[in-house]
Amino acid sequence: MNLPLQHLPTTPVAMYRAIVGIGMLCALLIVGIYQATAERIAENEAQALAEAVAAVLPTAQVLRSIAVASDGGIADVDASLQKLPAFVGYDQSGKLAGVAITAAGMGYQDTIQVIYAYSFSDSAIVGLRVLQSLETPGLGDKIETDPNFVANFEQLDVSLSAAGNELAHAVETVPNGSKEHPWQIDAITGATVSSEAIGKILDTSAQQWVPLLVRHREQLIGAPEPVEN
Amino acid sequence: MAQPTTNQFIKGLWQQNPIFVQALGLCPALAVSNSAINALTMGLATSFVLLSSGVIISSIRSLIPREARIVSYICIIASLVTTVDYVIKAISLDLHKSLGAFISLIVVNCLILGRAEAFASRNTVGKTVLDSAGMGAGFTIALLCIGVIREVLGAGTLFGIGLFPDTFQTWTIMLLPSGGFFVLAFWLLAIGLWNDARERSAKTAEETA
Amino acid sequence: MEIASSPHVASGASVDDIMRNVVYALLPVVVFAVFAFGLSALLVLTTAVLACVGTEYVLNRVAGAPDTLGDWSVVITGLLYGLTLPPGLALWMVAVGGIFGVGVGKFLFGGLGSNAFNPALVGRAFLQAAFPSAMTTWSPAFLADRFAHISSSTLAFPFARPEYDAISAATPLSAMKFRDTGTDPMELMLGLTSGSVGETCAVLILVGGIYLVARNMMNWRITVSILATVATMTLIANTLAPGEYPQPMFMLLSGGLMLGAVFMATDPVASPITDTGCWVYGLLIGGLIVVIRFWGGMAEGVMYAILLANAVSPHIDNLVQPRVYGSRA
Repeated sequence: MNLPLQHLPTTPVAMYRAIVGIGMLCALLIVGIYQATAERIAENEAQALAEAVAAVLPTAQVLRSIAVASDGGIADVDASLQKLPAFVGYDQSGKLAGVAITAAGMGYQDTIQVIYAYSFSDSAIVGLRVLQSLETPGLGDKIETDPNFVANFEQLDVSLSAAGNELAHAVETVPNGSKEHPWQIDAITGATVSSEAIGKILDTSAQQWVPLLVRHREQLIGAPEPVEN
Repeated sequence: MAQPTTNQFIKGLWQQNPIFVQALGLCPALAVSNSAINALTMGLATSFVLLSSGVIISSIRSLIPREARIVSYICIIASLVTTVDYVIKAISLDLHKSLGAFISLIVVNCLILGRAEAFASRNTVGKTVLDSAGMGAGFTIALLCIGVIREVLGAGTLFGIGLFPDTFQTWTIMLLPSGGFFVLAFWLLAIGLWNDARERSAKTAEETA
Repeated sequence: MEIASSPHVASGASVDDIMRNVVYALLPVVVFAVFAFGLSALLVLTTAVLACVGTEYVLNRVAGAPDTLGDWSVVITGLLYGLTLPPGLALWMVAVGGIFGVGVGKFLFGGLGSNAFNPALVGRAFLQAAFPSAMTTWSPAFLADRFAHISSSTLAFPFARPEYDAISAATPLSAMKFRDTGTDPMELMLGLTSGSVGETCAVLILVGGIYLVARNMMNWRITVSILATVATMTLIANTLAPGEYPQPMFMLLSGGLMLGAVFMATDPVASPITDTGCWVYGLLIGGLIVVIRFWGGMAEGVMYAILLANAVSPHIDNLVQPRVYGSRA
C-alpha cells in the first residue's frame, strides 16, 4: 500500500537546497517560538524564585541580588545570570530582614538544591526550602516533608568564630535523637544519606557566605537601591 | 483494504499500538509515566511532534534527496521538540521540571523517526495525518494506562486529586522507575492473554462453522 | 554434556522428601520466632504461607497445570518468605509480597525448577521497594504482652497505612550503621535482639542447617563459602581500621546473614550446580553483602546480594565447567 520513495536525483544543488532550506525554516521556527514565549518563561521563573525566597524570608518586601565579587567583596548582580543566586531582603521599613542563599550539593540520587535564610540578628539559619531533589520517595524526600527534620532549620546556629573567618561550629548532621547543640541537625531515621547531604550543603555554603556577609554588613544595611522588575 | 482511511487511524490505537505492540519509545513511557498528568503531557507533546513532523515531511518529501533524508527529518523533528519545550515552560515550570530531560529526548524517540521514515516519506499528507494521529493517540492512551495505575497506587491520587482517605498506604515502588516496568509488564500480560482468548474463540467459531 | 536437573543432591531422595526435611529444619526457627515476637509473628508467618500456597494453587488452576502443592516446596517458600519480614508488618502487605513472589518470581518463570530467582526473596524485594518505611520498622523482641496483644500495625486494614503502637527498635545492623553502637555477640547468637521474624537466633538456624547437611540434603559449600568470605573480608577491614568496621563475629551473627546463607542462597534451583560454581557463588554473595553493609546506603544487603548472585548463577556454571574434550568454545 505504501508508495515507493519518490526522491529527486541526487545533485549537489538538490542537497544544498534541501538542507539549507530546511535549516532556515527550522531556525525561523525556533526564533519565532522563543520570541513568543521568552517573556512568559522569564515571568514564571521569577515567580518561582520569588515564592521560594518568600517562603524562607517571609518579612522581606524588597530584594537585592548579590554575589561574591572578584575582589572577595560583595557586589550587586543580575540574579538571572547566577547559578546559585543570593538575595538580601529588606522589610517594609527598608530594614535588613536577612539573606536568602541558594546552595546545592550531591544527595542520594542526584543534586539537591536548597534555599535558606540567614538572619544577622540571630546569627542563625532561620528557614530552609528544598528547590530541587530527586531523593527516594517515601524516605529521602522526607527532607522536604518531615516536620521534625524541617524544625531543625527554624534556628540553626551558624555564628562565627572569634577570628570571624569561619563558623564557630561546623554545621553537622547527627543520628536521629542525638541533637544536643544548636548547630546540629537531627537526621531522619532511614534517610541518613539525604539528611547528611543537607548538612553538608549548608555547611559548605555557610562557611563561605556567613563570614563574608558579616564582614560586609555595613554595605548591605544601606538603603536598598531600586530593584529591577 | 475495505476502509483504508479509518484503518490508517485505528491501527495505531490497537493492532500497531506504539507501546504495547511495537514497543517503541519505551524510555519516556517508563520514565515519566509516574503520574497521569505527566503521562498525558508527554503523550500530547509526542503526538504534536509526530503529527506536525509527519505533515511537514510528507508535504516536502519530493524535495528531499535520498541521501539527505535522515538529517532533514531530524532537523525538523528537533525544531518541533524545541518548540514544545518552550511552550511547556511557558505553561508551567513545575510541569517542565517533572518531565525533566524527557521533553528534549522526544527528538530521539524512535517512534517519531520511525513513522517519518516508514510512512510520512512515502505517503500523501492526508494519509500521514491519519497515521500520525492514530499513532499519537495510541501512544498517549498507552502512557495514560501506565500513568493512571502508577499514580493511583503510588500517590493515592488521580490527576492530583486525592482518591482515598488519609490512611491510604502509598506504594513507593510505583513512583520509582522499577514500578514502570512492572506496570508495563502487567499491561503486556493482560493484552497478551486477551488476544489469546480472542484467537482461541475465533478458532473454535471457525471449526464449528 | 548433560547436566543433571536440579535439585542437585547426592542422596537421591525425592523432591518432597527433601522439602519435608527442610520444613523440619525450619521448625525450631519458626517456634523461636513466635516465642520472641508473639502473636504478630505467628500471624505474619501464617499469612505468608497461606498467600504463597494460595497463589500457587490458583495459578495452577488458571493455567491448567497439574497441582504442585503436594511437593511442599511452596510451603517452604512461604515459610522462608515469612521469616524474612519485620514482625509487625501489616498482614495485607505480607499477602501482597507472597502473591508477587510466587506469581512473578516463580510462576511466570515456569514454576518449580525453572525460577531464576529465589521466590521468597523476590516477594521481599518487592515489598522493600513498595513500602520502604514499613519494611524498616522493627518492633522490639520479647515485649511483655506479646502473647496477649496483636500489634495494631499487623492488623492494618488492607491498603491502609499501618499504625505502630510499640516504639520501634533498631536492628543490630542499623544501630551499627546509623548510631555507631555495637551489640554483644552473645545476644546475637541467642536471638535476644530485634530484626526480621526468623533471622534473630543464629544458633537455631545453624542447627537446622547442620541437620540438613547431615542428611545430605543441602549444599554446604555455598553456606561455608558465604560465611568464610564475609568473615575474611571483615577481618581484613577490621584489622586495617578497627574503629570504622565491626568485628567478624558481629557481621556473621547479625541481620539476615545466617538465614540467607543457610536457607536462602542454597535454593537448589537458583544456585549453581557444579561444586566449583557453588564456591564462586558463595564468594560473590559474601563479597556483595560486605560491600553493601559497609559502603551502601542500606544497613542490610543479604537479600540483594543473593538475588544478584541468583541472576548470574547460570553464567558461573558456564564459566567453571570443564570443557568437554574436543568441543569448541
